[in-house]
Amino acid sequence: MKEPLAYMRKAQGSWEKRILKSLNSMCTELNIPLAQKRPASEQKELLNKWNEMGTDEPDLSLFRPVYAPKDFLEVLMNLRNPNYENGEQPSFRNHLGLIQVPLKVKDIPELKEDFSELGLNIGQLGIDDSAQVPPEFFENEHVRVGQKVLAEQDSAAAQQYVRQGCPTALRAELWALILNISNQPEDILYYEQLKSNVIQHNLLVDSLIYKDVKLTASNDDYYFVFEDYLYQVLLCFSRDTSVLEHFAYSSATPPKSYIRGKLGVEEYAVFYPPNGVIPFHGFSMYVAPLCFLYHEPSKLYQMFREMYVRFFFRLHSISSHPSGIVSLCLLFETLLQTHLPQLFYHLREIGAQPLRISFKWMVRAFSGYLATDQLLLLWDRILGYNSLEILAVLAAAVFAFRAVNLMEVTSLAAAEAVLADLSTLKVVPLLQIFLFATVT
Amino acid sequence: PWLARWQRSSGAGIPSRRDALRRDRSALPELPSCRRAAPGWERRTGEEPWDFHWCDVGWLHEHFDHASLPEHVRLCHFRNHYELTRKNYLVKNLKRFRKQLEREAGKLEATKCDFFPKTFEMPLEYHLFVEEFHKNPGTTWIMKPVGRSQGKGIFLFRKLKDIIEWGKVRTTLSPSGEWPTGIFDLFCLPGPDGLSTDDQKDETQVEVYVAQRYIENPYLIGGRKFDLRVYVLVTSYIPLKAWLYRGGFARFSKTRFTLNTIDDHYVHLTNVAVQKTAPDYDPEKGCKWMIQQLRQYLTAKHGAEAVEILFADMDNIFIKSLQSVQKVMISDKHCFELYGYDILIDQDLKPWLIEVNASPSLIASSQEDYELKCHLLKDTLHIVDMEGRLSGKEKRVGGFDLIWSDGPVSREGNLANAFVTGCHNDRKKQLKQLFRSLRAQQKAEC
Repeated sequence: MKEPLAYMRKAQGSWEKRILKSLNSMCTELNIPLAQKRPASEQKELLNKWNEMGTDEPDLSLFRPVYAPKDFLEVLMNLRNPNYENGEQPSFRNHLGLIQVPLKVKDIPELKEDFSELGLNIGQLGIDDSAQVPPEFFENEHVRVGQKVLAEQDSAAAQQYVRQGCPTALRAELWALILNISNQPEDILYYEQLKSNVIQHNLLVDSLIYKDVKLTASNDDYYFVFEDYLYQVLLCFSRDTSVLEHFAYSSATPPKSYIRGKLGVEEYAVFYPPNGVIPFHGFSMYVAPLCFLYHEPSKLYQMFREMYVRFFFRLHSISSHPSGIVSLCLLFETLLQTHLPQLFYHLREIGAQPLRISFKWMVRAFSGYLATDQLLLLWDRILGYNSLEILAVLAAAVFAFRAVNLMEVTSLAAAEAVLADLSTLKVVPLLQIFLFATVT
Repeated sequence: PWLARWQRSSGAGIPSRRDALRRDRSALPELPSCRRAAPGWERRTGEEPWDFHWCDVGWLHEHFDHASLPEHVRLCHFRNHYELTRKNYLVKNLKRFRKQLEREAGKLEATKCDFFPKTFEMPLEYHLFVEEFHKNPGTTWIMKPVGRSQGKGIFLFRKLKDIIEWGKVRTTLSPSGEWPTGIFDLFCLPGPDGLSTDDQKDETQVEVYVAQRYIENPYLIGGRKFDLRVYVLVTSYIPLKAWLYRGGFARFSKTRFTLNTIDDHYVHLTNVAVQKTAPDYDPEKGCKWMIQQLRQYLTAKHGAEAVEILFADMDNIFIKSLQSVQKVMISDKHCFELYGYDILIDQDLKPWLIEVNASPSLIASSQEDYELKCHLLKDTLHIVDMEGRLSGKEKRVGGFDLIWSDGPVSREGNLANAFVTGCHNDRKKQLKQLFRSLRAQQKAEC
């Protein structure tokens, strides 16, 4: 079932048209075809440089990202349900945030139930494995259980297990177990096939990918090392037609393009890019954290692809799904307005709507904003609960944590500054305190 | 760099005393937060008496022998620190220590000293080197000047004739128009006119180098080579008392590692100083990882046990290297020294000691780096303890852990487990607790 609500489908459709238009006009302006076969010499060169594509310095100055998260936020802000008439003046009984669609989101009691394993009485990695806590208390036993789960290759048990966090040494295998990635010979072969597609054909989106990696991951203090892996994954990803399968349950539709001169003729229609996903500014950050866990290119690739078609696609398409970005935004704003009304009101008054700051965190699933070990603890819970709602809860928890400073700011810029650096935050205590230790 | 700044102010920055509690931190790199944190200290210049001197090695060699210092003053170098920090002396001391260990404790124990790649002093040990070289043809060697730092003067080679070629570039033709033929000649520094006549040869200086087996299988991350910089503070050699700082970091080479381009300094040398001159260097971009990050990565890839062994091996390097110079170091109670250890890890997760620096760079390449170095210095000063606040029984002060105090220090887990914890947040808390309990103790004793 793609998307039950008609107005959501319509909004997604017009957003897609806009993106495609932007891509096509870039293509026309720069006079570069969307796809082109590489001459033999270029193919050979690329094959030689496959493991160090980051050393290439193509001229990317004319390319610009097709869109950035803030452009997407503008679209979401303008979403309206035509059947819902809200003529009342804005007041505390209404929603004061940027998202003005009436989707159902959970409140704290419901979240407490859903995320019960984050409770105060339950051991967690990210808290109970710190240096002050003797490992006999929780950590040793937890590691032992994790090893048992892996030995028995029990995927469902693994999913339950990671709700309390993964030990660093076991994480790669546990995630693979949960997502059913086994890196069989046919998977390796498939990856090699994608690689040869990359060698043979040059796509316009390749330049967009290069630019994104150079602008984001390469400039990150911790992910810059993995630059080459990012190209190897993302260039193959663009050509992977198996990704098209996820459009069956996504509200999005893959963009179509036509062979030159045959505009509108259906027999000459192709999906563009072949996987139907047009990358946006920051897209490469979905892959970067995985490089900490997976080093074999085909396994890294499969893990990323699976994470994308299960979770990440929801962060940049318009849908009513509870893990979709629209619901996450609404959940974030509702949590904040309900539990920190003074803060919310204050920020709104100074022109610093909280979602304007937290949106980029959620769209990127906090990648690049949190320290890597904390990010991986967060993504443990995404896999464990099979939901992205934790992102909205964390975003609200961050605001709650820095509420005192935020109450003193008088501009959007100052609010941004207070929340600019999240690298020192400890994710699990923040979530615990917000859900289980805040008086409501 | 800060040393230059210090020197420019006409030998100033020499702190002095007004009363027992004043000291000057302006001799340190311009770290305003340090100055804020050290009220009651004043900068002194010229010939005024002082309590604490963060000097450079040049000043030390010039002045130390002549001065007779009051008991309480502190200097940041040991007189003959070069026993540890000059590459040729370090090799000599390690070789000697290894032999001693083999005699006293057997072959197995002696292998614990095998963390230094095969090294020969040049030109003195040239013939020994050639013998070793011929045993393993085709391996790569690295030639490093003993007296220079920051990657200057280093080159790699695989053939003996490469040394000759290199030497030719450095020296000049004799007046009769011939190339020098003796090995010593290759290492001579050119005379003032660029010519070396036979008369001048007696006076020319020979620049000492070491030829070292190059580690051809370094551990790579993202195809890049890296080395580790770790800080060890020694407050006394007899008895040996050493502290290890929790905030070390890994420095990455900007380009991908390959043995095909041994002329490409940027690939092989990971010093930040060399990387800074690479054409695509972006100063805003750090090419460093904190050790905690590295440890996480290695644990995810190899498992906790293998990483424990790696860090235990690193502890071994620090202790053994210090023990090897213990007997030759002039242990002066005025002295302490903060060393920068450079460690390289190979693909079998074995750590190798590359060198020890007596004056590790305190220039920061990023905000995070700045904080690390600031805290490093603050904690060093806490341990030097000119205010007499510590009891002497502490095993941890700020970001430093005591790793040797005339014998191994008992701790839970192995020493480098300390690298797991983030040192920044924890450190402030620890210091607060420490000083609070010390004050309480002192009050109780009054």
